[in-house]
Amino acid sequence: MGKDIREDIAWAQINKDVLKSLESPRRMYWVILFIAIAMIGVAVGCEIYQYTTGMGVANKNNSHVWSLYIATFIFWIGMSHSGTLLSAILHLMHADWRKPIYRFAEAMTTFSLMTAGLFVLVHLGRLWMVYYVMPYPNERWVWPNFQSPLVWDMFAIATYLSSSVLFLYVGMIPDLAICRDNIHAGWRKKLYTVMSLGWEGTDRQWRNFRITYLTIACFLIPLAVSVHSIVASDFAMSNMPGWHVTSFPPYFVAGALYSGCAAIITLFIILRYVFKFEEYMTLPIMKKLVRLTFAIAMVWTYLNLIEFASVWYGHDQTAKDQLIFKATGPYAPYFWAMIFFGSILPLMLAFKRFQTHLPILFVVSILLNVGMWLERWMIISPSFAHGHYPWTWDHDQWPSLVQWGIVFGSFGWFTLLFMVFCKVFPSVSMYEVKEMVYHRSLALKHKPAVKGDY
Amino acid sequence: MSQRHLLALFNDFDEAVAAIAELRGANIKGFDIDDLILKSPIEHPEVEKVLGDKPVNVQWFTLIGACMGGLLAFFLVASAQANFFSQIKGGKPIVPLPPDFVLTYEMFILGGVFITILGFLICAGLPAKRSPLYSAKVSEDQIGILVQGDESAVAIFKTIFTKHKALEIQEEAGK
Repeated sequence: MGKDIREDIAWAQINKDVLKSLESPRRMYWVILFIAIAMIGVAVGCEIYQYTTGMGVANKNNSHVWSLYIATFIFWIGMSHSGTLLSAILHLMHADWRKPIYRFAEAMTTFSLMTAGLFVLVHLGRLWMVYYVMPYPNERWVWPNFQSPLVWDMFAIATYLSSSVLFLYVGMIPDLAICRDNIHAGWRKKLYTVMSLGWEGTDRQWRNFRITYLTIACFLIPLAVSVHSIVASDFAMSNMPGWHVTSFPPYFVAGALYSGCAAIITLFIILRYVFKFEEYMTLPIMKKLVRLTFAIAMVWTYLNLIEFASVWYGHDQTAKDQLIFKATGPYAPYFWAMIFFGSILPLMLAFKRFQTHLPILFVVSILLNVGMWLERWMIISPSFAHGHYPWTWDHDQWPSLVQWGIVFGSFGWFTLLFMVFCKVFPSVSMYEVKEMVYHRSLALKHKPAVKGDY
Repeated sequence: MSQRHLLALFNDFDEAVAAIAELRGANIKGFDIDDLILKSPIEHPEVEKVLGDKPVNVQWFTLIGACMGGLLAFFLVASAQANFFSQIKGGKPIVPLPPDFVLTYEMFILGGVFITILGFLICAGLPAKRSPLYSAKVSEDQIGILVQGDESAVAIFKTIFTKHKALEIQEEAGK
């Protein structure tokens, strides 16, 4: 395998390359931005229609009280987990290959959480009553039930979002100082000056920075696990067939990491092309990322089998019927597509020839996420369609175009936030890439001479 | 005697460390090694060997923040549950510990993160005005050593910096 990064790359060049990405991306950047805005337009149109007409237009009914909105909410929450994996877990493990790519993964965490939050609002329907969900003492007779996973969700996601934003920001301070020093006028200069807080890179600042970054990383790992475990508890603590499964929390966490890793591959390829980051987002790094994704895909597959086995060999006949219904009923094509995209397709990633083939990886990573989105849908809708009581069965329910439109637009919303971030803030961590180059060149210098080197 | 400030820029980290070691050894009037500031584009923990161990107190903020966050969450939730008797409990505990642990845990983390950031800002002296002897080269690829001493020490500083191949020496009168 080649080098993750060239050791002889000049530090000034690193600054220059990354700062250039803030000014002159390829034309494709604007195309992506335009498509994203068009997609948001679709979602906004659908939401306005739903808001003014009523939730009935979403085609949800008494059995199907949750549908695509909640499935997509879980999808976006899940997507956020890999930012934490790359930046926090790999940071603690001293895996320095993460350095050129963790910044955009962290940004992905933040923006996917912001997108997920929107779905809670969309799902509520009556937006003007949104303050009812806030858990504070009131006289409205709608008292927050602190024992409910739904209230835990609100706390966990708010904690995760604010901590992720702070983690992203703190890690960016030295880079914002570089931007401040190199951009000479305009609103950007003012923005970077304020946000860099007067950072000068003194030994005192670095010393405290190192401990702070490490400490927040240590907090974020259990936080990320708790967030998706709590989301899993929304399901596992209920008595719905197919949901009351002990392995749901780890299954959700694995699924979250899986979809996040796949999204990082997609964004890696896009950013590498759009911002000309070929020197930093290298193929050996992609190879490591792909192997990580493959490993997580296998963990997810295993946990999926565990989930099916617990239902199959358990004593809950309704849950078993519901599993059979999923595999053979009207949802069967989506169920088997989920199995194919989630468990069979990633086997491709085990082959070396595909691990660095960017066009194939681009398509595969998107399909993996299609599989992971289907997974969330297959958790929700079939359970509502085939519950405990036959008189609640509704096998033919299909989400309306309004729901599909809002789900579709959420991808535009995420893309817009993400791409604007990458244009305004450095999406490659300059100081960490310098550290990587520095340590690797030191290691090379101190490498003992081996036989044949003379 | 008025104090002078000097900033020397180096290309090579080892030369900068050698210059600091020499400054430490030389008995320069009005110069204290604790006042020396090293500015660098990346973190160099190895500089502690010559500058000496300096305490980092951010962890204390973390400890206090996490404990306060957890305690605050638990008491807020528990007091809300204990004060609202019209919520039907059906014989279950008014303040159930296992489910309340979840929110306590979340706020333990939130408090820890928030106060850690506050501690970082306090301990790192941020936000701050940039010193007049700041060079943008430090955020690019050069190491800066900022020293202060009596006017008589300026020549010695310059000699040491030049000996260790300083690329540039900036000078400013102290406040």
